[in-house]
Amino acid sequence: MRLSRDFRGTLIVAFCGLAFTLVAPEVLEFFTIITLSQVIGLAILALSLALVWGFGGILCFGQTAFFGLGAYAYAVTATNIGGSTGAILMAILVAAAFAAILGYFIFYGRVSDVYLAIITLTVALILYSLTRRTSGPEYKIGNALLGGFNGTAAPPLNLPGDAGTVLFPEDTFYVAMIVLILAYVFCCWLVRTHFGRVCIAIRENETRAELLAYDIRLYKLGIFTIGAALAGLGGVFFCVGVSRVTPDVFSLSQAAVAIIWVIVGGRGTLIGPILATFALHYLTASLGSQALLNANLVLGIVLIVFVLLVPKGVVPSIIDLADIRRQRRVARSRERRLRLRRTRNGSESAGVAE
Amino acid sequence: MDLVVSLALQILYGIANLALISLGLAIIFGMMRVINLAHGEFLMLGGYTVVIATNNGVNIWIAMLVLAPLVVGVIGVVVERLLIRWLYGRMIDTLLATWGLSLLFIGLVTSIFGASTATTISPPLGVITIGAYTSSGYEMFLIVVTVLLLVAVYATLKLTTLGLVARGTMQNAEMSSALGVSTSRIYMITFGLGAAVTGLAGGLLAPITGILPTIGAVYIAKAFITVISGGMAILAGTATASVLLGGVNGIVAFLTGPTIGEVALLVTAIILLRLMPRGITGTLFRKSL
Amino acid sequence: MNRAEIVLETRNLSMHFGGVRAVDRVDFSLSENELRCLIGPNGAGKSTFFKCLTGQLRPTAGEVLIRDVDVTGREPHQIGALGVGIKTQVPNVFEGLTTEENIWISARRWHRSSRARTLTAETIERLQLGDVRSEPVGRLAHGQRQWVELGMVVAAEPWLVLLDEPAAGMTHEETVRTAELIREINRTAALIVVEHDMQFIRMISRRVTLFHEGGILMEDTMEAISADARARQVYLGHRA
Ligand SMILES: Nc1ncnc2c1ncn2[C@@H]1O[C@H](COP(=O)(O)OP(=O)(O)OP(=O)(O)O)[C@@H](O)[C@H]1O
Ligand SMILES: [Mg+2]
Repeated sequence: MRLSRDFRGTLIVAFCGLAFTLVAPEVLEFFTIITLSQVIGLAILALSLALVWGFGGILCFGQTAFFGLGAYAYAVTATNIGGSTGAILMAILVAAAFAAILGYFIFYGRVSDVYLAIITLTVALILYSLTRRTSGPEYKIGNALLGGFNGTAAPPLNLPGDAGTVLFPEDTFYVAMIVLILAYVFCCWLVRTHFGRVCIAIRENETRAELLAYDIRLYKLGIFTIGAALAGLGGVFFCVGVSRVTPDVFSLSQAAVAIIWVIVGGRGTLIGPILATFALHYLTASLGSQALLNANLVLGIVLIVFVLLVPKGVVPSIIDLADIRRQRRVARSRERRLRLRRTRNGSESAGVAE
Repeated sequence: MDLVVSLALQILYGIANLALISLGLAIIFGMMRVINLAHGEFLMLGGYTVVIATNNGVNIWIAMLVLAPLVVGVIGVVVERLLIRWLYGRMIDTLLATWGLSLLFIGLVTSIFGASTATTISPPLGVITIGAYTSSGYEMFLIVVTVLLLVAVYATLKLTTLGLVARGTMQNAEMSSALGVSTSRIYMITFGLGAAVTGLAGGLLAPITGILPTIGAVYIAKAFITVISGGMAILAGTATASVLLGGVNGIVAFLTGPTIGEVALLVTAIILLRLMPRGITGTLFRKSL
Repeated sequence: MNRAEIVLETRNLSMHFGGVRAVDRVDFSLSENELRCLIGPNGAGKSTFFKCLTGQLRPTAGEVLIRDVDVTGREPHQIGALGVGIKTQVPNVFEGLTTEENIWISARRWHRSSRARTLTAETIERLQLGDVRSEPVGRLAHGQRQWVELGMVVAAEPWLVLLDEPAAGMTHEETVRTAELIREINRTAALIVVEHDMQFIRMISRRVTLFHEGGILMEDTMEAISADARARQVYLGHRA
């Protein structure tokens, strides 16, 4: 019963997304559509972190490491092979492989929560300083110059198997949206499979899961790697949207915003962080390059306020509120029914005594 | 021979540098089990204190050795009272809140002083010549200061009442609060002290690295690695991890260049944590400070 | 005792924490279909011994054998994978999940989806948890949470069951039902039950092992132990 209700929710969200995909190019400006592809890439990143942190309970502060690696892998591969399809696969593969190796050390070493958070963040930061150092002509992979802090060009998407036909920005937007929707549905499905449920169980209580004969290291490694693959895919759309990839994808503030989306959207939901990405991106973009209220200041305040006052995030808080109201409604109607029955039985006195 | 001495000094400086930028973080981590993600910004604020003070005619030594720790220490206490205090026992939320703080400080400083500062301060003290090689006198000074700082923290932990209570809290927070020690007060002082040490480090490094609102990001990766590799014991952890990681980094960097040196540092730390998931002092030297 | 009948054995098992010898050179064996109770005053080392059996602690010395296989130092999930059902002293449940989901996770470890679902339903029926089927376990009363945990153990259909204080914090009525359940489990599995509640032990046990200061003081029927002077001393000495 519960299952089907949940899945209906997923489908409704997916259809809303589809409707948005169709309507957006009609009503929004061309420039906004171009920016949106980039934000969709970020939303996929948020989704991946929502999966890994919200459902896997893995506090990955450096999810952007995989995001950035995906972006770099795409740009480098596409520049070299002159087509985007193989490059996208490469991006996913590189991010996943890197996560698998890193995850092996983390999970099989049974590194604790806080350590894991800091290690993953550190990995992202080290990648940041490494990529910034690659400005000389000697830092070259095939034909692709890494370009230090200027980054490297990310070729646009093309039709699969036809490198000559480059997609227009609107088409890129359509592709990105559809990938986001598919990724969302995939994650919703995943958390309801046996694998996903075990991951949730591990989040709830590791000891119990182990005593029930589940190898928690393997499950954590699994969901961590899947999350990284998704983040890598997000990196592809982000760099295609910007048409460049720079070391900034690995920066501390990029890692922070990913965390903020999930905090604001709510841990334990998949749609929350996606919506939060769009909302916060809109917010920081509208602040622009204003000097007084700069983006860091606002994001810092948002993070602190949410941790202190809305630690569950927006979407779960709304769900809680709705639950409370529904329960009240149920209780009220039950009371009404009871009172009715009493009056029918003519035992008015009981009601008065109350 | 000169090369060996020069290289040894270089590596020694690398080690001292790691210890210097990590010590404040280690104090807070050892006592409160919390990684302060605003650590880099505490360093940055120490640097700004020095730049602003010297621009206003304060002697650079006073600015570095007195004002920087004082200002940042006070900021640390205020932060602890206004923010961290509400999150006791919520480890993850504390991490997140300090991260918010980090962004907030970057934003605040950018708003006030702009995204870059024109003024830099040049390192006092000249160069030291070793045969055909030269070494910065200021770097030698920093090595000495780091050693003195470690000794001072050791003395504080070992000799003062505060240190005694602190050691108790480090071993077991519940037990010391059962003994009537106010954990809240200890945490406030710890956070203040950690911030002060960090401010001092930031002030001392300002002449070398220059000053930007985002300068913290340059340090924190290394500081984080050092502290979690070291483990809970403040001094033994910082010292052993600095020697190991600084040594590896220095040697590899000498052989192949700074980029690979940094990779080697990270890889060493990750392998180390696979073998000792709670850091060096979580496995070895468990009784140490 | 016939060797072939031994399902669990420890040889010279020791667990030291620094200077504390929580378990010290324990030789213990459990035979097929046996129901053994472990008793002893607080701090006797029962839970520590138990954790060495379940892989939650790596013993300082000695070995643990399950069906003649040396499992010393294996991970808890590897012990569980042998078909051992475990309930710890500290309640370990999936707080945020419902009763049904808790039990399903356990059943699904061993069975395909459809079988797991029927097994879950059966277990809920058997433990009379129907009323709280869709309730998050974190919101249940202490006794009921214990039952959910027992449900998880039962749903895995283990052949060897280790329970650390299964009746702790239960009402008398719940305790009686737990005793019944344990006798029922014993039809298909060998059990070790750690308990403090003597009445409860009288309800279920034949053979009792008395722990004291990290070692086995004696092993006998409950009647014999109650009558023994040393045993009485151990308990009285502690209560005084
Ligand atoms: N992780 C640990 N570190 C240090 N000492 C421990 C640890 N776990 C248990 N001990 C000590 O080992 C001894 C045995 O403890 P254990 O929990 O096994 O006792 P128990 O018989 O289960 O007691 P109870 O009936 O209260 O559950 C105690 O003295 C306890 O303090
Ligand atoms: Mg016990």
